[in-house]
Formats: sequence, C-alpha cells, structure tokens
Amino acid sequence: MTKTLSDLETADNPQATERIVIEPLTRVEGHGKVTLLQGKDGNIVQARLHITEFRGFEKFIQGRPYWELPVLVQRLCGICPVSHHLAAAKATDMIVGASELTPTADKIRRLMHFGQTLQSHALHFFHLCSPDLLFGFDDEVRHRNIVGVIEDSPEIAKQGVLLRKYGQEVIRITSGKRIHGTGAIPGGINKSLSENEVRYLQQDIAQIIGWAQEAVNLVKKIFFEHYDYHLAFASINSNMMSVVRPDGAFELYDGGLRARDPHGDSIFDHVDYRTYDDYIRESVKNWSYMKFPFITSIGQENGWYRVGPLARVNNCDFFPTPLAEAERREFAAIGNGLPVQATMAFHWARLIELLHCTEAIAELLCDRDLIGTELRNTGELQCCGTGVIEAPRGTLFHHYEIDDNGIVVKASLIVSTTNNNQAMNESIRKVANQYLDGKRLTEALLNQVEVAIRAYDPCLSCATHAIGKMPMEISLLGEQDELLDRLEKRVTGQINRTL
Amino acid sequence: MPAPNLIFTYGNPSRGDDALGPTLFEMLEKHKLETNELDDVDLLTDFQLQIEHAVDLEERRHILFVDAGISCAAPYELHQLQAERDDSFTTHAMSPAAVLAVYQQIHKHEPPPASLLMIRAYEFGLGQPMSAQAIANLQEAYRYIIEHETANPTGAKYI
Repeated sequence: MTKTLSDLETADNPQATERIVIEPLTRVEGHGKVTLLQGKDGNIVQARLHITEFRGFEKFIQGRPYWELPVLVQRLCGICPVSHHLAAAKATDMIVGASELTPTADKIRRLMHFGQTLQSHALHFFHLCSPDLLFGFDDEVRHRNIVGVIEDSPEIAKQGVLLRKYGQEVIRITSGKRIHGTGAIPGGINKSLSENEVRYLQQDIAQIIGWAQEAVNLVKKIFFEHYDYHLAFASINSNMMSVVRPDGAFELYDGGLRARDPHGDSIFDHVDYRTYDDYIRESVKNWSYMKFPFITSIGQENGWYRVGPLARVNNCDFFPTPLAEAERREFAAIGNGLPVQATMAFHWARLIELLHCTEAIAELLCDRDLIGTELRNTGELQCCGTGVIEAPRGTLFHHYEIDDNGIVVKASLIVSTTNNNQAMNESIRKVANQYLDGKRLTEALLNQVEVAIRAYDPCLSCATHAIGKMPMEISLLGEQDELLDRLEKRVTGQINRTL
Repeated sequence: MPAPNLIFTYGNPSRGDDALGPTLFEMLEKHKLETNELDDVDLLTDFQLQIEHAVDLEERRHILFVDAGISCAAPYELHQLQAERDDSFTTHAMSPAAVLAVYQQIHKHEPPPASLLMIRAYEFGLGQPMSAQAIANLQEAYRYIIEHETANPTGAKYI
C-alpha cells in the first residue's frame, strides 16, 4: 500500500525500520539533522528534521529589565538580530504605553527593517540558494556551491556582495552601529537620520533597484526553464500565514494576521496580533526540542502552515510599490487562482520581496520624517507586551510579561523557523519518499534533502561558529540504533565514509 | 581612509566562550582610547563573518582575524591565512579564509596578508558567562597583541 505523507509522520512499526541520520546541514546553521526511517521494503516511512538549538531563549530573557530587551534579544541570533531587535521593540512599545509611534520613529524602524530584509534575501539568493537554481540538482556537488557561482557568474556574486552590503549600511545608519545597534527603544527610536546620512544612502539606491530587478528576472528565467520540475519539487499543500496591512497590502513591519487554506480561502483575517495565542497553539513532540505551531481552529493534524516569502506573496492582495506589484501578478498567475504551493517558488517570492524592499527604501529616503526630531512616545506602563513582525524568514512573535519593577517574568517567542517546522518536515518527506531508496547514503540524496530545506532559508543558528565545530555527518542506523553506514563531510569539503 | 591594519574579532557575546572575540574587541578599543596607541589599526567586530566583510578588507596592509577556537591549543594559536574556497562559503557563517577568497574573486587580485588568532574556547551555552580558562587565555592573547603591535607599529603584522 502506498504511504501518504501523513502516514509517514509516525511509522506503523518503528522497530522494523532503519534510521538514516544526516547532520548537520551544509548552508544551514546549527546542529540540525535529518532522520529518515527506512522500512524493510526500502521505502522511507518516516522523516524528521531535528533542530536542537532553540533552547534557553526564554530563560535567557527572564529576569532582565524590559528596557534592555531590544538590545538583549539581538544576541539570540547572529543571522537576524535586527528582526529580534524590532519585534522586542514593538513589544516594549506596548509595555511603555506607546499606542503609536511618532512618524519619524515609525519610518526609521521601517527603513531599518527593509534594510534587514534586503541584506538577508540578498545573501540567500546570491550565495546560499543560487547554486541550487543556477546549476540544477544534478550538477557536480563541488560546483554547486558558491565557488561555482563566482566562477561561472562573477557579476552575480559581486552584486550579491554589494546588495548585502547596502542593506547592512541601512542597518548601520538607522541603528547607529554595525551590530548591537540601539536604534529602536521602548516607545520609539534614539536617533533620527541626518541630511548627510540620507544623501549617503540615496546615492546608490537606483543601482540597487536595478540589480534587484535583474535578480527577479534571473530567478524567473531559471524557474521557467525547468518549470514542471520546480513546480513539483518538494511541493506540498499547506495553509499560509502572514501579516498584511489593513487594506490587504503586503506588509513586513506592522499589520493584522491573515491565514489562508490551500484553496486560498480565509481561515482568519486582520487578526490583532496581540491576540495571536487565541489563534495559534504549539504542540511538542518527543523527538524535537523545537515546537510545532498550528492553527487552533483547524487542529494539530492539519493546522500547520507556512510563513515567509511564499506565504506573504501569496497572502497579500497587492504590493504598494509598482515594480514588485507587477512581479507579484506574474507570480500569482502560475497558481491559476490558487496559492502557489511550489516550495522552490520560495526563491522567486523572496526576490519579489527584495525588489519591494529596494523600492520602499528609495521611497522612504525621500521622506522628510526621517530627519524629524520627535523620536519617542510613552504612556502608562503596562504589565505585558506583544511584538510581531515579518522577519525575512517569516512571522516572528515576541511576548513579554513584567513585574512591578519592570523585570521580565515571562517571555514567549515563536521564531520564523519554528513556524515553518512542520512544513519543512512535510517537504523533506516529499523529497525523501521520491528520491531515497536503498540503504546506502549518497551525496546526491543528501543534496536533494538539503535543497528542499534550504528553500525555507531556515535559521538553525544562534551564532556560535567556533572554528572546527561544523563537520557534516550522515549516519545510517539500524533497527536497534546500530550504525550501518556513515558519511562525514568536513568544512574543507572532504567527504569520508567513517564506518 | 581606512587604517592600514585591521583587527577583526567575531563571536556572539551571549554565548559563553564565543564572547572571546567581541570581548577582546572591547579591551583593544579601551586600550586604544586610553593610550593613543594602535593608531594604525582599525578594530571591527561582528557576530560572524559573511560575504560583505570582504569589503572591509579593502586598502589594508594586514588583517588579523580573532575567533574562539575549539581545535587549537591553549592559550591561543596564530596561523597565517590563504584565500581558500572551503564549504563555509555556503553557510551563514564563513571562515576567514573564505572571506579572503571572496575578496580575491570580486577584486581579481590577491587579498592583503592575513592571519587568524584562535583563542582556545570551551563552553558555548546561551546566556552563560565565559569560562575561567577562556578568560585566562583571553588575557594572554590580549597581552600578545598589545606587545606585538607596540613592537611593530608600522611594519608587517603577524607574519
């Protein structure tokens, strides 16, 4: 009997299976590993992405004064510190009773967020996923990494560096520092921009928009060259959740929560994010430290969802900038009236967002509010606060409760990668069930699984990176957890069978 | 105009001994402010290395990267670097050799001479302080850098 995807979540008879363990993932951080349980008939009957790094966040935050949060939480992750910075700032806005920000504070935070999303998406496309797209999955492994990209398309690689650098400069100027910035504070910001800073950012933005347009054209060309393959690879039917503006427009910084089912029908819409826990719950599984969020009204079995670029571009009614909106329409057309479910379309959606960020930055840089002097609002101190933003990888929730002394007594975070947890497992299962067979691990098999995971751009890192820590290991375990096969990939790229 | 020499530390200050790099950055910055020494040195720090840091290497005479290391001897090891296209190219956290390789690719010429100072680290727990052993190693590394910079104020560094 053919297994369905949901059948694979829990194998009928785990004792009669073999586990193939892949750890950790190249081009993905932390110590994630993939376990594939293989049945006696050779089929993959269970697939699990293990992520063990999301421990201790809440404990790290508890006991600290609320006003430290926007700076403190940047240390949770070296990959997206600005996302945590802004989500925590929004939560502490509520705590200090700032029901709305001054126009200067609001626009500078938005500018910072566009810079963050731009640099994150640029890195992902040009240096993490482009080998998958440019060379195809069957390309020689060594060639598929960034070396291949640089050698074959040096201008693309250089544009990636400079796009990313531009986004970093936006962050530096809006937050005051390259890292550990203190730009956003409870109730507002601590500095506005100078005329010189605005002019500095304006001088390159036209070029940046041009490169973003070229990047979108490139990803479209690649997608359509292998259209059927890209539509089918790791494709799953999922619910999708994102923040949207009150008028339904694409939104990254502030708005209501919207969730749609695989048919595009509304599950909920324009939900006040402060009530998110009425709509989203988290389940736990004994094999993973990372929780599994689901939409409460649908339930644990089918309520999982996707967040991030694919969800955002599918969910919004329009982009408020013209170039990105034109691209969205072309993107939506391939869904034939339904949400685009192709996992590889994450890459396309990501670049439409990148283009939007460049347009939005250009627009904001013409806004005189950036050099305003009203930086902060406050009101009556509240006992709790919730901040939700669309981080580059998807919806990010921060919730804090404080005591009478302003000390955090409870912290709850749902990070983007956690929101995509079940969806990544579903995509892995799809790929594994399609491609893995037999009992011997191969680089090709590993690549297929990694390509699927990488499409989500998961952040499994908490920024530790000490030299010598990150080999990749692939193990094949038998029914009694006995080691049957193991491949070890060093950071040098050398691969050894170490059984 | 950037200073001819760059000391680039990296690590997450809230991850136990991963704070070795950024803590050394703070110590050197303080030393620079208080003594007016290290005039020909720029100090930079970040959570981790990435492609855009290739731009920070431009117009330098020498670069010293400083990181926590778990595969080196205590208190520290110094290694000369060559541009190398290792697999860290494809991660969110690149090796210094890979950053040099990005520099080489986008500029079409050799990167400046560069070295890596690895300070022996032990623990990396979120929210944990640096271990006593790592702090001792850090002090040794700090002394070494100050002595070396003072002895070679304008010459080639760490080569």
